[in-house]
Amino acid sequence: MSMSPSDSVAIEDALVASGVPPPEGAAASVIEGRSPWRLAYERLRRDRASLIALAVVVVIILVAIFAPVIASLTGHGVYQQFRDTGLTPDGLPVGPNHQFLLGTDDQGRDILVRIAYGARISLIVGVVATAAEVVLGTVLGLAAGYFGKVVDTVIARIIDIVLSIPFLLFAISLVSISHPSLTIVIVVIAIFGWAAVARVVRGQVLSLREKEYIEAARALGAGPWRIMFIDILPNIVAPIIVYATLLIPVTIVIEASLSYLGVGVPPPTADWGTMISGAQQIYQQAWWYLLFPSLALLITTVAFNIFGDGLRDALDPRAEQLYK
Amino acid sequence: MTVGAPGKAGSAVDGDVLVRVEGLKKYFPVQSTSAVRRSHEQVHAVDGVDLEVFRGETLGLVGETGCGKSTLARSIARLVDLTEGHVEFDGRDISHLSARQMRPLRREMQIIFQDPYGSLNPRRRVGSIIGDPFALHGIADGADRKKRVQEVMELVGLKPEHFNRFPAEFSGGQRQRIGVARALALRPKLIICDEPVSALDVSIQAQILNLLADLQSEFNLTYIFIAHDLSVVRHVSDRVAVMYLGKIVELAPVEDVYQVPRHPYSNALLSAVPMPDPHQKVDSHQVILSGDVPSPINPPSGCRFHPRCPKAQAKCSIDDPALVPVLGDPPAHVTACHFPVATGEVMESRPAVIAGDGAPAT
Repeated sequence: MSMSPSDSVAIEDALVASGVPPPEGAAASVIEGRSPWRLAYERLRRDRASLIALAVVVVIILVAIFAPVIASLTGHGVYQQFRDTGLTPDGLPVGPNHQFLLGTDDQGRDILVRIAYGARISLIVGVVATAAEVVLGTVLGLAAGYFGKVVDTVIARIIDIVLSIPFLLFAISLVSISHPSLTIVIVVIAIFGWAAVARVVRGQVLSLREKEYIEAARALGAGPWRIMFIDILPNIVAPIIVYATLLIPVTIVIEASLSYLGVGVPPPTADWGTMISGAQQIYQQAWWYLLFPSLALLITTVAFNIFGDGLRDALDPRAEQLYK
Repeated sequence: MTVGAPGKAGSAVDGDVLVRVEGLKKYFPVQSTSAVRRSHEQVHAVDGVDLEVFRGETLGLVGETGCGKSTLARSIARLVDLTEGHVEFDGRDISHLSARQMRPLRREMQIIFQDPYGSLNPRRRVGSIIGDPFALHGIADGADRKKRVQEVMELVGLKPEHFNRFPAEFSGGQRQRIGVARALALRPKLIICDEPVSALDVSIQAQILNLLADLQSEFNLTYIFIAHDLSVVRHVSDRVAVMYLGKIVELAPVEDVYQVPRHPYSNALLSAVPMPDPHQKVDSHQVILSGDVPSPINPPSGCRFHPRCPKAQAKCSIDDPALVPVLGDPPAHVTACHFPVATGEVMESRPAVIAGDGAPAT
C-alpha cells in the first residue's frame, strides 16, 4: 500500500467502490504472511548444534520404537538370561564381545537389548508425564494469571506449596504405599511437575493481559475463555514448548532416579535407572554394566537439553533470561 | 467535521444524545507495597464528570497525561466498572451491566487504540483480527466473513490481498488502519478514539485523520476523540472538553475553546501550543504554569487547579466551582471557574498565593 499524499483520494475511491471488490483484487494471488512459526523454523535450521541434538533425539526415539527389531537382530530377548554364554563360570557378567556388543548384566541378559527397551520406558514417562504437566500447568497458569484476585491467590499458593514439598521423599512414600507401576510413576511426576509450568505461564499471562490487544478483544465483546485460549495462548505457546522440551530430560532423570531407588517401574522391566542400580553392586568387575546405561541416560538428557536451548533461541530470541 | 463548523456544533446542542454521563467517578485502589497491610488510598482518576455526546458529532477530550481522559473513555465503554455515577448509551443505562450483558452492546461502540503496535495481536493474521468482530457476534462465517473483512480492509485503504499477513509486516500507519477496520467492521454508532494518531508520524497522522473524517460522514459515526495534541483536536472536533485531574474544567464548541478560553487551565494549555512559524517571536503572553500536577490520590480541595492557578483566591480552595456558562457565554460553552478569564485578559504566570492555604504551591 502506498503512503503517498494522494492516499485520501484512493480512500474516497475505495469508499465509492465499497461492497464491490475490484476484479484485480479478487484475481490477485493470495499473499501469505510469514508466520512467527516459519521464522522460528528458519532460525532453527541455521543452528547446527540443535540440529545434531535433534538427530540424536530422533535416533533415540527410533531405538525405542524398534527395540523388538534390535532384540531379534541380536537374537536375544529382553528377559532372556544366558547362563552359559552370558555369564562367566564364576557367575559374573561378560564384557562386550561379538555376541553381546555391550556386554551382559548380572543375570546374563544382553545390555544392548535392555537399553533399547529401557529407552521406551524413559521416553514414555518423559513425554506422557511432561504432557500432563504442561496441560495442567497451562490451564491453571492461564486461569490464575487472567482472572487474578481470588483465583490467582488460591492457585498461586497451591503452586508455592507444591514447589516447597521435597519431591523425592514425597514421591518415594507415595509410590511405596501403592503398588509400583508405570502409571503411578507418571501420575506422581505430573502431580509435582505442573507447578513449575503454571508459574511460568502465570507470569507470562500477567504481563500479556495488560496488552492493548487484550483490551481490544474485550472491547469487541470477547469472553474470558476466548481471550485466554485465542488471544493469550498463541502468544505463550513458544515458551511453553521450550519449557516442555527442557522438562522432558528432567522427567526422564526423575523416572530413572525413582527406579534406581527401587520405587519406579518394577523389575524385570528393562529400565535405565534399575540397571544403574543393579550395576552399582558389581561395577568393579563389570564396568560396562554401569557405563552403558549411564551413557544412554546422559546422551538422552543432553540431546534434549541442547535441542530445547536451540528451540528457545529460535522461538523467542529475546526471552533468553526467562528460563535461566 | 470540518474546521470551523459552528453551525453544526450549535445545532448539536439540541441534537439527540447518544451518550449521557452523569456524576461519573472512577477510583482505582493504590497497590500496596506491603503484602500484609492493605492500603486504603485511591487514585481519583475520574472524579465527577457530567457529559453529553450528541449523535454524529466529534467530541474532543484534551488534557495532560494522567488527567483521566482514557479512564473516562474506558468507563463510557464499560471496560472498567464504575465507582459511582451513570452512563447512558443510546437511551439505555449501561452503568451496571455485567461484562456478559455488555457483550451485545459492543457492536454499537468500538475503540481505536493509541498504540498500533500493542493493539494488534502479533500472533494472529490480519484477516482473523479484523474478522474477530464478525466471529464474536456470530454475524458471518467462512467465505462470507472473509468477503466482509476484505470489504472493510478496502474501505480503510488496505489491500484486501494482505488478508493473510501478520501485523508485524505492516507499517505503523497501516497498522492503525487495521485498528480502524476492526473498530468499523460492525458499523458501530460510537467510536472512541483513544489518541489514535499520537504514535504516528505527522504525515501519517493526516491520512488517518482524513480517513476517520471520511468514515464519519459515510456512516454517520459519533466520535469521542482523545488527544493531547491540541491542533489535532481543533482539526477534528465539533466540541472540546478540557480535563484536569479527573474533572472537566471547560466544555464548548471547538472554536470557542480555542478563541475565548475561559478557564485559566485552558488558557495555559492553549498558550503552550508551539507555533509552526520560526519568525514569530516567543509569545510573551505564554502562560507557564509552575509546579506539577498534584497527586490524584489526594487531589486539592475546592477547585483542583487552585494551587497552580495564577488567578486563584481564597474561595477557590474551598468551593468546587460548577460547570456553567460564565461571562455571558452561550449555554453551549460551560466553564468550571470562579474567576474565569475575560476576553483579552492577560494572565500572570505565577500561581497566586492564597492566605491560609497550607503548603506552598510548588
